[in-house]
Amino acid sequence: MAKGDPGGTTRSRRAAPRSRKSAAGNPELVQLLTPEGERIESVIGPDGIEYRVDFTDEEYRGLYRDLVLVRKLDAEATALQRQGELGIWASLLGQEAAQVGSGRALRTQDMAFPTYREHGVLYCRGIDPIMPLGLFRGVDQGGWDPNEFKFNMYTIVIGAQTLHATGYAMGITMDGKTGTDDGEAVIAYFGDGATSQGDVNEAFVWAGVFNAPMVFFCQNNQYAISEPLERQTRIPLYQRAAGFGFPGIRVDGNDVLATYAVTRTALDNARHGQGPSLIEAYTYRMGAHTTSDDPTRYRIASEVEAWQAKDPIARVKAFLEKQQIAGADFFAEVDEQARRESVHLRERVLAMPNPEPVTMFDHVYPNGSPLLDEQRTQFSRYMESFEGSAH
Amino acid sequence: MATETLTLGKALNTGLRRALENDPKVIIMGEDVGKLGGVFRITDGLQKDFGDDRVIDTPLAESGIIGTAVGLAIRGYRPVCEIQFDGFVYPAYDQIVSQVAKMHYRSRGKLNIPMVIRIPFGGGIGAVEHHSESPEAYFAHTAGLKVVSCANPQDAYVMIQQAIASDDPIVFLEPKRRYWEKGPVDLDAPLADAYPLHSARVVRPGTDVTVLAYGPMVRTCLEAATAAAEDGRELEVIDLRSLSPLDLTAAYESVKRTGRAVVVHEAPSNIGLGAELAARITEECFYSLESPVLRVTGFDIPYPAARVEEEYLPDLDRVLDAVDRSFGW
Repeated sequence: MAKGDPGGTTRSRRAAPRSRKSAAGNPELVQLLTPEGERIESVIGPDGIEYRVDFTDEEYRGLYRDLVLVRKLDAEATALQRQGELGIWASLLGQEAAQVGSGRALRTQDMAFPTYREHGVLYCRGIDPIMPLGLFRGVDQGGWDPNEFKFNMYTIVIGAQTLHATGYAMGITMDGKTGTDDGEAVIAYFGDGATSQGDVNEAFVWAGVFNAPMVFFCQNNQYAISEPLERQTRIPLYQRAAGFGFPGIRVDGNDVLATYAVTRTALDNARHGQGPSLIEAYTYRMGAHTTSDDPTRYRIASEVEAWQAKDPIARVKAFLEKQQIAGADFFAEVDEQARRESVHLRERVLAMPNPEPVTMFDHVYPNGSPLLDEQRTQFSRYMESFEGSAH
Repeated sequence: MATETLTLGKALNTGLRRALENDPKVIIMGEDVGKLGGVFRITDGLQKDFGDDRVIDTPLAESGIIGTAVGLAIRGYRPVCEIQFDGFVYPAYDQIVSQVAKMHYRSRGKLNIPMVIRIPFGGGIGAVEHHSESPEAYFAHTAGLKVVSCANPQDAYVMIQQAIASDDPIVFLEPKRRYWEKGPVDLDAPLADAYPLHSARVVRPGTDVTVLAYGPMVRTCLEAATAAAEDGRELEVIDLRSLSPLDLTAAYESVKRTGRAVVVHEAPSNIGLGAELAARITEECFYSLESPVLRVTGFDIPYPAARVEEEYLPDLDRVLDAVDRSFGW
């Protein structure tokens, strides 16, 4: 690991773009658990910070449970889409460690601004996993209270939420809620494709200029629908941070321990008034972008297989077994819990009622609107005009 | 009663100052709003008196201004964003229509975005391109946004405070060519007792034809009404003030009395507010109308070079011509 400035090397480069391998395949990332399940005690990151975790056996088992549960619930949602019960689903398969590691690193007072794929983070925030399914089923637009759970609504327009997160973080500073251990911080989630968006780059500018207490958490899952990373960047994404004046670091996004350690450190730095940072969680989306696309059209099987060998859950299981932190009974019990919760989820999704049509007029304006009220009244009368109508 | 004569720009400045004084959650943000006081000086002196946490000079990034204001609003602040010129709002368009407008709806009422987006709009000041546009139809078309425009100093002073106090996200269009025009302002006007923000107002009563306008065109229409009176025609001029939602009650009542309507705005006619008003008035007042609802607008071209903008902008003569056509039917 190279020590030195947070952006890594600053040597000048020739005009020719780097090959994909050198742009995206930089092996220098923070890792605390190898794909074989070997623990690395601590790592000095390229930012000079020493990263380590110190979990109890119970906490290790808890992380494993989280990973298995969110994968199972995600698989259930994918199955529900295939059966026509959801309009579409954005699977997190392969990204469980990035989401659980970062999600568990959040403190209660921290606020998260997700995209539409952060089901694992949502789970860590204590939100009922059925909530995002309403959005994808088309019965609502996500039903949780962002203020209660400190987890904002899913944002579908790519990168828009990074600005919301930055503004919220500015508000934390204005409220004087930084500088202590119980200070607040914000985390903004986005993908590799989002780094091409103007909003994300504007968010970097603002966060830097205003020293906002926040963490930009990029899950580089290598593809923006069909477009590979080299269509978004010619330098490793974490190095972008240097150009905006704050540290960037790459972490093994399939390593839940390293992801936790790096995120916790970045959040703590933010809450103590040290400003923003960018984490690039280097990972891989094992499934499709959503259930609507066909990844065999744009990526090769050997690449998928190579990433399968880095599976985020298998390595924790191997570690737990080797260290005798958990045995067969525990793994069976977790699998059984996951099965039970996914069956429960399925039953509740099938029972999810359609909204009353007239409710589509609700909550357009906090103070209402006379013209809209009139339209709602006309609609209600029209619906009531059908004899025997259930509406 | 503390009535003073102020320019429209100074009335806005005074209203903003009052809002900052009354609510510590109100913040002003935008490009050059601090030390410079804004390119039109509408925020003059506010940073000096309220600090750079309340009046924030932002990076030069319109989407960033609106997007971060969304986050501040979620955090409990009441951001008042200044977009420097009408033609510069488009980089922020996505944040305004996809995020600001929809947050309350998407969250089923759990999030409020009590934001005001101030935009100096319209032409008539001899500016270069992108500095004279009328983008109101884009925003009026978007559910979740309210769109208002002031036309005189008193309204400027009151409406900006009402907009800031409202929990609705509001696009606040300021008629930039009228910034320097003076009028009486009652500084003690209680906001609650004043005209509600969403209400139109008859600014000159008349009996022969209803002229509907807003923002910079209100004065043009009042001048036309004065000229028409010399010819024996009494124009009733309505300042719409709220463009979304439109306050149609006043318009219907007036048109049913006069039997004629002319809508005047600077924006191009195609799919503009005039089209909406003509359709609504036709639906509601069909049996009262003596002639079709007519429109006097800018042309369906990009805003032209300044040396021909006098020909582009509706003026007194074009309004009077439309009144003549209405009577010639």
